[in-house]
Amino acid sequence: MGMADTFQILIDGHEAIAHEGETILEVLRRQQVETPTLCTHEHLTPAKACRACVVELKGSRALVASCERKAEPGMEVGTGSERVQNARCGVFELLLSQNDVTTAPSLVAQAADLGADPARYRGERYEKGLHDDNQLYVRDYDKCILCYRCVEACGPDVQNTFALTVSGRGFEAGIAAGFGESLTDSACVFCGNCVAVCPTGALMDRREHTMRAQGRWDEERYDVVQTTCSYCGVGCQLELHVDRLSNEIVKVTSPMDHAITHGFLCVKGRYGYSFVEAGRE
Amino acid sequence: MHSPVLLRRRQAPALDLKAYLASGGLEGLRRARAIGPEATVAIVTESGLVGRGGAGFPTGRKWDSVRTAADPERYFVLNADESEPGTFKDRVMIETDPFLVLEGVLIASYAIAATRAYIYVRGEYHEAAELLQRCAAELAAAGELEGIGPGGRSLAVEIRHGGGAYICGEETALFRSIEGYRGEPMSKPPFPTVAGLFRKPTAINNVETIANVPDILARGALWLRSLGTERSPGIKLFSVSGHVTRPGVYELPFGVPLGELLELAGARSDLQAVLLGGAAGTFVFPGDFDMPLSYEGAQGRGATLGSGALIAFDHETSLWRVAERLGSFFAHESCGQCVPCRVGTRRQHEMLLALAEGRGTGSERELLVRLSQVMTDASICGLGQTASTAVRSLIDAEAKGLLAV
Repeated sequence: MGMADTFQILIDGHEAIAHEGETILEVLRRQQVETPTLCTHEHLTPAKACRACVVELKGSRALVASCERKAEPGMEVGTGSERVQNARCGVFELLLSQNDVTTAPSLVAQAADLGADPARYRGERYEKGLHDDNQLYVRDYDKCILCYRCVEACGPDVQNTFALTVSGRGFEAGIAAGFGESLTDSACVFCGNCVAVCPTGALMDRREHTMRAQGRWDEERYDVVQTTCSYCGVGCQLELHVDRLSNEIVKVTSPMDHAITHGFLCVKGRYGYSFVEAGRE
Repeated sequence: MHSPVLLRRRQAPALDLKAYLASGGLEGLRRARAIGPEATVAIVTESGLVGRGGAGFPTGRKWDSVRTAADPERYFVLNADESEPGTFKDRVMIETDPFLVLEGVLIASYAIAATRAYIYVRGEYHEAAELLQRCAAELAAAGELEGIGPGGRSLAVEIRHGGGAYICGEETALFRSIEGYRGEPMSKPPFPTVAGLFRKPTAINNVETIANVPDILARGALWLRSLGTERSPGIKLFSVSGHVTRPGVYELPFGVPLGELLELAGARSDLQAVLLGGAAGTFVFPGDFDMPLSYEGAQGRGATLGSGALIAFDHETSLWRVAERLGSFFAHESCGQCVPCRVGTRRQHEMLLALAEGRGTGSERELLVRLSQVMTDASICGLGQTASTAVRSLIDAEAKGLLAV
């Protein structure tokens, strides 16, 4: 990359190099300026929905989502003001007043870092219920923060299946399959790529969900075994999460930085692993 | 006494082209065609016309960005998705003088060389939409759309029925709605003039703004500047409702004192306050009724004209109850996309409900102000950013002892 592709911006008064096409968030991360994020994902279009990463931008009345806004020469970005802190903290406090966050450790940790008070706001919480309608994964929308990641992964960013969409509005807005159908009646192909990108555990593989419910889920016990998917010639890299005591596969993922998969798989790679254990005593 | 311009056909609406032509119609369009797009935009710029939908952006500047855009594919959109509570001027404008509105659309489309014009009419405004449809067809049949489009082509005018949501009046959500998607706002920049409808350069104007255009062309830029104030040239439609004996739409030059408009509308003498600017506006109390109704006049009192909605409340009205209804409106109309607005409008409404019902615990006001800051700073669009404006003004007024109940 030549010099023509880079330029300077100011972050909290300090000069920083930005590359053409980069978002403000990418520059912040390279500068190691701690920035909370929830909805943004390295392989998905920024949804700019959670507003956790907002920053001050000189010339802009409202704060801007750093995950979406592209850096431009001469931009003056502010991250340290009370206004930014108050907004970010407010986002987490509002989510804590709405969602079940028991399977969202990153959200909880970031909230704590910001000094968010979980009891700041009281009121109606999400009671959207558990959608348990298929053999492969479970949807617990009390945990859904509406980050849009699953919709984007299901749609044009990854899978082009368009089974998931947002329905309803305001507090009643939520993720729906088709026109509120069960997943099995929808266009869903059960690739599980929505599960892979869900930041709060609202979407969870059935096995993990069952084991958690039984109190048997213990990540300390799981080794990650790298292998290549044997179903077809694409060569997707799989991470088998194997219980080292029982030698069971409990989950299959793919590394987000893998050149072929970018973390995304098909139904066979992600869920078609029981044959490995077939015939075992 | 101001003699109406926008509403001049109110007593005898021109509902067919013949009547419109007989009463001086299409003069502005003829003038525009005679002087060409560039000069047309220049006249609108010179006139000082700014958007009447609430944001007040200079119309000529908007048109010029689109006119000079590199992309030959560009659109004109008329925002007739009037949904602000207490605002009904655009419906009256369309139903009173549909051809005046359409003439404005044609001039704007001609000025920016639009490949297509869309008219997005609030879903509930069936009659207005049908009327515009019929009148547009009449203009087409009379050959008036010929040569309006780029390269002398005929202009296609498409009427769209709104999605039935307040958010679809937000310009970027409106584009999504026309495109067939869920009405959710997009971030600005890019602004519509750069990447609007179908990501193409787009000029989008409010009905009232566009209704000013034919007369600006026919009478010249200085005509608009001869009305109103120096910094707010021209005329404004006000929708007046609430505790007044003659509710309705009033056309006034900018700068007339608020009290005078209230008098015209037959306001009761014991008014406690008016909500100026719609749900996203502010409460104004009798001490400020001498406020000139101009952009700078309102700004000077920490208020906003918004879309020109004015709802009057007498002494027996609980303004906390009013605020609760506004809070309910925003919670219902939030699209749900961003956290500050989706959760914030719900929490705001819950607290307002507690206050209106006398169930407050004493901590609500402080928390409402704190929440307001989060919503104003961090929401994606104007809905969340202004959903607490009225509440903030009420809290301030209460602290000053201005509430009657």
